Amino acid sequence: MLEIRDLHAKVEGREILRGIDLRVNAGEVHAIMGPNGSGKSTLAQVLAGRDSYQVTAGEVRYEGRDLLTLAPEERAVAGIFLSFQYPVEIPGVGNLYFMRTALNALRLQRGLEAIDAMDFLTLAKEKMKLVEMDPSFVNRSVNEGFSGGEKKRNEILQMAILEPKLAILDETDSGLDIDALRTIAAGVNALRAPDRALLVVTHYQRLLEYIVPDHVHVMVNGRLVASGGKDLALELEKRGYAGFEPQPATPATNATRTAVGARP
Amino acid sequence: MSGAANAFLQGISRPESKANGDHPSWLNSLRRSAFEWVGAHGFPTGKDEAWKYTQVAPILEIPFAPAEPGARRALSPDEVIEIAGELGGPRLVFVNGYFVPELSALKSLPAGVKLGSLASAFTQEGEALESLLWRRFRERPQTFTALNAALGEDGAFIRIPAHTSVEEPIHLVFLSDAGATPLVSHPLSVVFAGAGSRVTIVETHAGIAGGIYLSNAVTEIVLDDGAVVEHYKIQNEAESAFHLAFMDVRQGRASRFSAHSVAVGAALARHEVKVALEAPEAQVVLNGLYLPRGRQLLDNPTTIEHAAPHCTSRELYKGVVDGHGRGIFDGRVVVQPGAMKTDASQTNKNLLLSTSAQAYTRPRLEIFADDVKCAHGAAVGQLDDEALYYLRTRGIPQQAARDLLTDAFTAEMLELIQVPPLRSRVRQMLATRFADCPSAGVPA
Ligand SMILES: Nc1ncnc2c1ncn2[C@@H]1O[C@H](COP(=O)(O)OP(=O)(O)O)[C@@H](O)[C@H]1O
Ligand SMILES: [Mg+2]
Repeated sequence: MLEIRDLHAKVEGREILRGIDLRVNAGEVHAIMGPNGSGKSTLAQVLAGRDSYQVTAGEVRYEGRDLLTLAPEERAVAGIFLSFQYPVEIPGVGNLYFMRTALNALRLQRGLEAIDAMDFLTLAKEKMKLVEMDPSFVNRSVNEGFSGGEKKRNEILQMAILEPKLAILDETDSGLDIDALRTIAAGVNALRAPDRALLVVTHYQRLLEYIVPDHVHVMVNGRLVASGGKDLALELEKRGYAGFEPQPATPATNATRTAVGARP
Repeated sequence: MSGAANAFLQGISRPESKANGDHPSWLNSLRRSAFEWVGAHGFPTGKDEAWKYTQVAPILEIPFAPAEPGARRALSPDEVIEIAGELGGPRLVFVNGYFVPELSALKSLPAGVKLGSLASAFTQEGEALESLLWRRFRERPQTFTALNAALGEDGAFIRIPAHTSVEEPIHLVFLSDAGATPLVSHPLSVVFAGAGSRVTIVETHAGIAGGIYLSNAVTEIVLDDGAVVEHYKIQNEAESAFHLAFMDVRQGRASRFSAHSVAVGAALARHEVKVALEAPEAQVVLNGLYLPRGRQLLDNPTTIEHAAPHCTSRELYKGVVDGHGRGIFDGRVVVQPGAMKTDASQTNKNLLLSTSAQAYTRPRLEIFADDVKCAHGAAVGQLDDEALYYLRTRGIPQQAARDLLTDAFTAEMLELIQVPPLRSRVRQMLATRFADCPSAGVPA
């Protein structure tokens, strides 16, 4: 479904991603863990199409297409969804109206009919129950004045409504208490399907108890330096990232490349 | 005066005989002195602070002729509604500055309310009018108000007796139909709101077809003690039209006035508002929304004069500027000596939608009294890139995302409109305006 090869990206002239290789098949859940500042969000944003992040080398194929040439909205139409680490506040745009506009934009671009306000309300209510979101949030402006946890819930609500094929969750667990975490994980798990995939970015193992990954990767200093099964997350929890200290910026060696076990 | 100014003045003046007819002699002498004033003082230039942005020189180059009553094509009331909307209350319709009874709808009004054309008020009200009309010209003359006094022959006359409420909005519709010859009209609207009375006035200024015309409109509103007046002005003139308007408001004790201006039309439009808070505890709210695009220039000079203690003023103007458009807010708040406990606040926010769009914002507070509370803020910005990106990651195409954020910027102004049919009309006006953009938004 998603194939990243030797991806390099710069932000404001500084190289942040320094050769990422990753393959995600339909039906899989991949977790990317790593210390703060290692480039996890940068990878997520590059996949979503943020244009201030400049790809300098490598390629990303999504369902056989060259993902990097697509505009953010085209990626969404193709089924990609990013749950932001820091969701954006948009004063003056009603939350429910925003979500209906988004769903209908996707539907129209996919050649489907728009859904009317009443049917959408029914759908939104059902999905809000799933993520246990207080109905009062729909009448507020998008993310405006939401607490950290409410913003994350709102991201997952959007995901539940838009039903992406590849969902990238960037630190969706941060700012959530344990009950909220369970709810959100249930919302995410409800979306798991053989034709869908998840890329879960986190730096705590906690979330992975609820959204159990097939593969875990460790990102340090812009590279995936180790990969393994779900046990790797537990190991990281115990050991920390100390064993994966940032290395000097040398070209990727074969050794580090083959350590990335997600490739077949 | 320059040759162009002279030629312009000759072109728009009418034979004296025309105004003589039924008009009282005080009016004829006022007209004469107003015309002489213009001859002596000429036209404002870029050197006049107050006319820094509204350049009149290009207007003076155009061979304008005075509008005539009856010089128009047949219009039906339905067409008027199509152009100006139906607000449910009485409607006075003017074409090229002259009242057209067949297009108007005068519903029954509370006893004593006077609503009609100014031309008929001249004959019916007699001498009583003398001290009431064109006060701004008489006290502080200025070229275009002087021209309105010198050459204006018709307009709207509204008088609300004390302690009388008019529930439905009074709609004044000023339509212009220029045809091949560029035309000038000088409508005057006067409103006297008696003590404790209430009324809502909506002025719509629009072009019937294209054509070049200049609408030189004056509105004079007097609020007696405790009167409550809401005024709306929708400026939707034809693309190549000029609109120069002046609104003069005087407020008595504890009166409340609120104005909402929505400017979308004309090549060049200036809507100047002056409010004098003449007695204690008067309150004024001035709201404005201007949306220049193409090569439009929309100028919004306002002056609020706190001349008495314990008065409150609130001002909120927002501009959305696209293309090579220019939007101007020039807001003066003057607090006179002795106007203590004045509470004034002024906000101007501008959204630039293109790199060639320009917004000028000039908040000016002139405070000559102690113990006052005055605040002002001004901002010029662009659409938030982060928000745009966020919307796009949800599948909303770029232009639709821009429109959504632009709507969010103007939504606040729409919500301030208290006349529901007018609010939906303005919403519709803005929606079609944004939909004219190259790639239209996605219906939600
Ligand atoms: N917009 C930006 N401008 C400048 N530096 C950035 C920007 N975004 C990320 N960075 C830098 O890139 C590095 C990686 O950041 P990020 O991808 O957010 O890491 P993580 O998500 O793993 O914590 C950090 O050093 C951060 O300071
Ligand atoms: Mg991050």
